[in-house]
Amino acid sequence: MADEVVLLDYWASPFGMRARIALREKGVKFEYREENLRDKSPLLLQMNPVHKKIPVLIHNGKPVCESMNVVQYIDEVWSNKNTILPSDPYQRAQARFWIDFIDTKVYEPADKIWFTTGEVQETAKKDFIEALKILEAELGDKPYFGGDNFGFVDIAMTGYYSWFQTFEKCANFSIEPECPTLMASAKRCFFLISLVSGQPLSQISPEEVQRPSSKDVKSLWPGFEAGWRTPQPRFHYHQATKPGSAKRCLQRKTVVDSVPGPDELFALAFKLRKEYGV
Amino acid sequence: MADEVILLSVWASMFGMRTRIALEEKKVKYDYREEDLWNKSSFLLEMNPVHKKIPVLIHNGKPVCESLIQVEYIDETWPGENPLLPSDPYQRAHAKFWADFIDKKVNVTARRIWAIKGEEKEASKELIEIFKTLESELGDKHYFGGETFGYVDIALIGFYSWFGVYNKFGNMSLESECPELTRWAKRCLQRESVSKVLPESEKVTKFIFQRLGLE
Repeated sequence: MADEVVLLDYWASPFGMRARIALREKGVKFEYREENLRDKSPLLLQMNPVHKKIPVLIHNGKPVCESMNVVQYIDEVWSNKNTILPSDPYQRAQARFWIDFIDTKVYEPADKIWFTTGEVQETAKKDFIEALKILEAELGDKPYFGGDNFGFVDIAMTGYYSWFQTFEKCANFSIEPECPTLMASAKRCFFLISLVSGQPLSQISPEEVQRPSSKDVKSLWPGFEAGWRTPQPRFHYHQATKPGSAKRCLQRKTVVDSVPGPDELFALAFKLRKEYGV
Repeated sequence: MADEVILLSVWASMFGMRTRIALEEKKVKYDYREEDLWNKSSFLLEMNPVHKKIPVLIHNGKPVCESLIQVEYIDETWPGENPLLPSDPYQRAHAKFWADFIDKKVNVTARRIWAIKGEEKEASKELIEIFKTLESELGDKHYFGGETFGYVDIALIGFYSWFGVYNKFGNMSLESECPELTRWAKRCLQRESVSKVLPESEKVTKFIFQRLGLE
């Protein structure tokens, strides 16, 4: 009997993105159901009665809740392909530690940055950057948090990366001068998202990725066209990444399909801020 | 070469209790080191530079931080004796969900009862609600995982030693409000690992009172 996999989700949720990426890493066929968070479906309320939150993975009728639980579950059930967590217990404990750090120290200020103003926002900015710097130290000069492989912690961070531009615009600051290597890692993913848009990553040659034309530079980081942020002359894609990592990123079609564009997220944030008079 | 296992903790910490219970369940020999949270050792600060908190488990010189992560690590590293997590992925996800619920809801609410003046009444009400949700999840099972003592039991049991504190500050009796949970806790206390690790409720209450300069 074929597996029935349903994901209750919300397109802009960084937590939902984690589940989507994990499912696609494993090549799992699933039905994506968009929830209206202001009018939650009876299925969502039935499947997650305790928290009533997305994402909820429903596998053959049985619900799994909490995004990192969902990712670990996916890794264990579809264990034959693209391992997400390391196999060594110590490395697993380290990965889980950084997930916990991200979900407390990054999440709390991040949530305030785009939805508050004044002193609350300023404090949130400070705390956010401080947390990112700690993460950057952990990243070191590895292409991914997982080392050579896109792994558990990278999946957890990708959702936040998609919101970076929104944070910057809402709170009028720039993350890159504070955390250049973390931003390089984030940009690596998003360069591919904006460049590829629907085209399978595996069809782009490494050479194309490494030497973008000047026309492509504008599309590298959405927002260049809008003028809110002038292209940094020092940003060169081939300096921001090692040759091997581009090839690795090419396999990350899962990221392309699962993460909305930064402009869409900012439009949502802008709309919500206006609505709530922030 | 024999394993070297060190645990940095404080006796009253319900989080440290989790790790100690897990080690005891697995019959792992470990060196317990009591920390003074008002004068943290340089070793603690070196082993947990990010949070500077206990408990810290150090296995052959390598630190593992955060209590639930430690319990899972212990289960994976010493798999033979007394499995703490189920082997089935769905059951495992279910256990982790409830441990996460305990971490998000129980600690934050319980702390408000004694640590923040003026919040005791509201926080007590909320804590009872949270415990009733847990009672409902427990149902008529012996333990949260069914017949065997495991991850969720370990995540929660330490809070039982703080019931005296919550009762005193919240002017309530959690034992009367949550009889099923109390029965479960007493069942857990029959296990050697738990009775060895959990302090007497009176001792914790006295400690908190002294800490706050009361009585």
